[in-house]
Amino acid sequence: MRIPISWLAEFVELPVGTTVAEIHAALVSVGLEEEGSHDFDIEGPVVVGEVLEFTEEPQSNGKTIRWCSVRVAAVGQSGADGGADVRGIVCGAHNFFAGDKVVVTLPGAILPGDFAIAARKTYGHVSDGMIASARELGLGDDHDGILRLSTLGLDPAVGTDALGLLGLDDAAVEVNVTPDRGYAFSIRGIAREYAHATGAAFRDPAAALTLPPVLEGFSVAIDDQAPIRGRVGATVFVTRVVRGVDARAASPAWMVSRLKLAGIRSISLIVDITNYVMLELGQPIHGYDLDKLSGGIVVRRSQAGETLTTLDGQTRQLDPEDLVITDDSGIIGLAGVMGGFSTEISDETVNVLVEAANFDPTSIARTARRHKLPSEASKRFERGVDPEVAGAAAARVVQLLEELAGGRADELGSGYHEHSRLEPIFLPDAYISGLVGVNYTDDEITSSLIEIGATLEYARDGLVVTPPSWRPDLTHKSTLAEEVARIVGYSRIPSEIPVAPPGRGYTREQSLRRLAAETLAASGSTEVLAYPFVSSNANALFGSADETAVAAVKLANPLDAEVPYLRATLIPGLIDIARRNLSRGLTDLALFEIGAVFQPETGVEYGVHDVPLGAALPAPETLAALNASIPPQPWHVGLLFLGHSVDKQPGQPAVSFGIADALDAVRVLAAALDVPLSIRQGTHKALHPGRTADIFVPTGAGAAAVHVGVVGELLPSLADEFDLPRVVALAELDLSALIDLAARSVQATPLAGYPAATQDVSLVVADSIAAADVLDAVRWGAGELLESIRLVDDYRGAGIGAGLKSLTFALRFRAPDRTLTAAEASDARIAGAAEAERRYGATVRE
Amino acid sequence: MSDSNSLAISDESVAAAVAAALAAINAVTDTASFKAARTEHAGEASTLARLNGLLRSLPNSEKAAAGKLVGQARARVNQALAAKEADVVALENAAQLTAETLDVTALPVRKRLGARHPLSLLQEKVGDIFVSMGWEVAEGPELENEWFNFDALNFDPDHPARAMQDTFFVDPTSSHLLLRTHTSPVQVRSLLERELPVYVIAPGRTYRTDELDATHTPVFSQIEGIAVDKGLTMAHLRGTLELFARQMFGDEAKIRLRPNYFPFTEPSAEMDVWQPHAKGGARWVEWGGCGMVNPNVLLSAGIDPDEYSGFAFGMGIERTLQFRNNLNDMRDMVEGDIRFSQQFGMVV
Repeated sequence: MRIPISWLAEFVELPVGTTVAEIHAALVSVGLEEEGSHDFDIEGPVVVGEVLEFTEEPQSNGKTIRWCSVRVAAVGQSGADGGADVRGIVCGAHNFFAGDKVVVTLPGAILPGDFAIAARKTYGHVSDGMIASARELGLGDDHDGILRLSTLGLDPAVGTDALGLLGLDDAAVEVNVTPDRGYAFSIRGIAREYAHATGAAFRDPAAALTLPPVLEGFSVAIDDQAPIRGRVGATVFVTRVVRGVDARAASPAWMVSRLKLAGIRSISLIVDITNYVMLELGQPIHGYDLDKLSGGIVVRRSQAGETLTTLDGQTRQLDPEDLVITDDSGIIGLAGVMGGFSTEISDETVNVLVEAANFDPTSIARTARRHKLPSEASKRFERGVDPEVAGAAAARVVQLLEELAGGRADELGSGYHEHSRLEPIFLPDAYISGLVGVNYTDDEITSSLIEIGATLEYARDGLVVTPPSWRPDLTHKSTLAEEVARIVGYSRIPSEIPVAPPGRGYTREQSLRRLAAETLAASGSTEVLAYPFVSSNANALFGSADETAVAAVKLANPLDAEVPYLRATLIPGLIDIARRNLSRGLTDLALFEIGAVFQPETGVEYGVHDVPLGAALPAPETLAALNASIPPQPWHVGLLFLGHSVDKQPGQPAVSFGIADALDAVRVLAAALDVPLSIRQGTHKALHPGRTADIFVPTGAGAAAVHVGVVGELLPSLADEFDLPRVVALAELDLSALIDLAARSVQATPLAGYPAATQDVSLVVADSIAAADVLDAVRWGAGELLESIRLVDDYRGAGIGAGLKSLTFALRFRAPDRTLTAAEASDARIAGAAEAERRYGATVRE
Repeated sequence: MSDSNSLAISDESVAAAVAAALAAINAVTDTASFKAARTEHAGEASTLARLNGLLRSLPNSEKAAAGKLVGQARARVNQALAAKEADVVALENAAQLTAETLDVTALPVRKRLGARHPLSLLQEKVGDIFVSMGWEVAEGPELENEWFNFDALNFDPDHPARAMQDTFFVDPTSSHLLLRTHTSPVQVRSLLERELPVYVIAPGRTYRTDELDATHTPVFSQIEGIAVDKGLTMAHLRGTLELFARQMFGDEAKIRLRPNYFPFTEPSAEMDVWQPHAKGGARWVEWGGCGMVNPNVLLSAGIDPDEYSGFAFGMGIERTLQFRNNLNDMRDMVEGDIRFSQQFGMVV
């Protein structure tokens, strides 16, 4: 909401010289946040001049200019810039006559857009200033030549300051009006708030405006057969008939400049008056061309199939919930949102029907949203318009139409008022002090409430507070607490630290998730946070290993239609980020992300049909349904490696990232979380068929290992498609599952101090057998004396048959209670080898 | 062999052998020359060894004197050898170390440095601050049901505040699912799931349909705090926020409350934090919203607002990072350029 300062000063005591910053500071203190300020961006000298005479001079470019002699100061006096009283000025416009009063910008003036005026040579003359158009002054879009003051009904003395004359010296403050304060979408409301903030005297502009005591003769009926949420669509409908208006009369300069500062373009006098009154009093006004109306007005709900061509020329399909204004011809307006084309005010309008109505906020909000028609009127109705200001607003419109447009009101009209008074609120003693934490005096409480316009009645143990008609947001004693707190000032609230009961710290999952992130970062990866918006292809490609369809959540209103789905996997986001880094010349990447993925189960219908209202605990089954309506959103961890893990350096060849690095990171992560891993040769349609590992967590003897993720190198053809280098190592694990499977507490075994015996064993097996399987067999066969086993060599070639490989394992044996003999260690080794032979036909290579 | 045959024990012959040995030992420079000197002058074929061998053939009367002469000579030579051996080892060790010298300013870097994202770090920091006060960290889903995000928080279905939240809705919209527009649904979840009193902080990701630019991002993060207990007042809210601000911004930090409107708090306030070192001069910077939990929110969670009261607050993590760590462009936080996180390392 923009508030021209001169307008504000009409309704509240505003000391001369009050600055924009001071007004903002005052309004902020009562809750109207500063949004900015506006002025005409113009500096003088800009004065009233009189065109004495001119000669037309055709130019070689085809234009004809006028070389004018313009009086800018009284005879014998110097101009506002110190120059002569009569100037020679070149003017390109042709819409004026000798004797016209015009606006002259003298040398030294600065016009909007930092346009400095100076005496300058042009078309063979020195033009000592400029005759301004309305557009050059920032007053409008009028391209039709210069501004003739007579068209505004003005005939000021030559030399008068034109900035003051036209209201161009005014400025506006802009504040953000919160959605509970509909009344603050008016100068009246802001002036009241300013008075609250400063204690300055407030003059209610509505108080001086009255309707004729009896207003009838124009038929108005409210016929709402389908109130929304039990509220009738229209509760007030005041109309007045004004006849004989001059629709072509110019809007006065003060009105144009105030509208302009308030952000509303001047259109025509009648429209300007309705907008002006809306800004002043907060009451949206609609004007009808009375001669285009047939019969009286009926306000009703629309019916299926009905249409309306609105003022903007668009034909709209109406919804049965839309509240419409009708006459005998049919629908003539979308109540509170936009008027109809057929009864529009035009330059030919002579007789006007003024409407000041009050419509149900919900009905208007839905209609405005449905038709995507947010208007100044709907904005106010949605937030609540003072139902008692309609009469005053209609009276104000009539007053202006009479004063400015030569109209004449008759007694004809309507005065429908069926709104109910706001509910009184019981305010128990000590409630406000107890909630705010300030010991307010009784007087502070009552005077604050009276100041905002409430009426008070004393009751046992408290007050009964009836909010003023413009404050429908005051519905509960807590809202009254805010009023008292802000009128007295939030700065009065003291500071006290509450003592929370002893907490339990972070949950296990929270601690481990953080440990996971810290571990990955400490081991060399950089954390990134990708947007979770992906394409259906990306989810399908990376969300499942095989061709199984991936269920995913789709947004109804994505910002980018290319990526309307929520990620079921972290990989697409990592790839995007890798591409962005590569494009910036960052070619060695170790990235990780820990984040939620959205994994609806196939075939499950999520969501609920009906959402319960707030302010009441839903029934247990309703609450359970709400909770069950949301798809699973586990935390995943994703990793991406490309480029070099170690750069080429003196004495150090470059080392490239590959699947081993991704697997290593996964191992480091699992070790940090204390969760055992089992790594298997795997497959994934987006990964290299020979370089993919499935990651399992063993869950104990007899139970199936749980698949928790996959590690591998991106399929080279996909890497090419994504403009990535050939080797991109990826990993994605279900972190929630991993944490769930991690050891709850470590069961430590005592360390034996007896010497270890180390032996190697080389086993020849078919090269298709995974080393990990052979290792498992040896471990199982060697028994409890085997403390550790490590694969140290995989040899293929001379001395080993085709299709075979020789795996060498380093074994370390130890007994907990004695020094092992070499024979015992050898026996265990032989038992291990025997098990490998039994399972995989392994032979010992001597 | 004629030399050997002519060898005889005498003061002169012994002295000459010792002198020759000491000269040879003195000339030793490394292990090889040491070994050669030792073999030549103290080995079995050395002059002194042979002189020693002659002792057997001497008459008994001469044996004692000659034996003493030769024995002392051999002891001198062996002593000199031992001393030299230690020298040689020390010298050779020193030479090896010299040869092993590396330019420590040009050693290969084998480990890449990782980094956390500062938005994560800041959320953890806030968690640490509140956990140390006995609060707990609560979480909720990013993909939410409308009831938790709006209705339970006193957003009427037709209130303009609801339309102002620029919500991402799930298709079909009749499912009433959405991406949470704030972390406030966690308020309701916490009140429903936990025993009273409740003191929790809820960091997390939130979504609104704003196009990415220098000051907006459709995906952002917030931190939400809620305390519900008997007798809580706005003074407790202010006290908590002041403490929080000092931990986040230093001891000079102070806060200012301004009236504002949020459906889920009443009274409501906007909170500004004093930034004495802000770019362009000290000023108040808008930090977040707060207020006393609206009675309707308590009712949504089945809590009697006449028995319990509470306060809540929320702020944007991106915005906090922006003015706390002097960042101009929101885009740096969301694009994943590794240089951004790497400025922070493991600490924010």
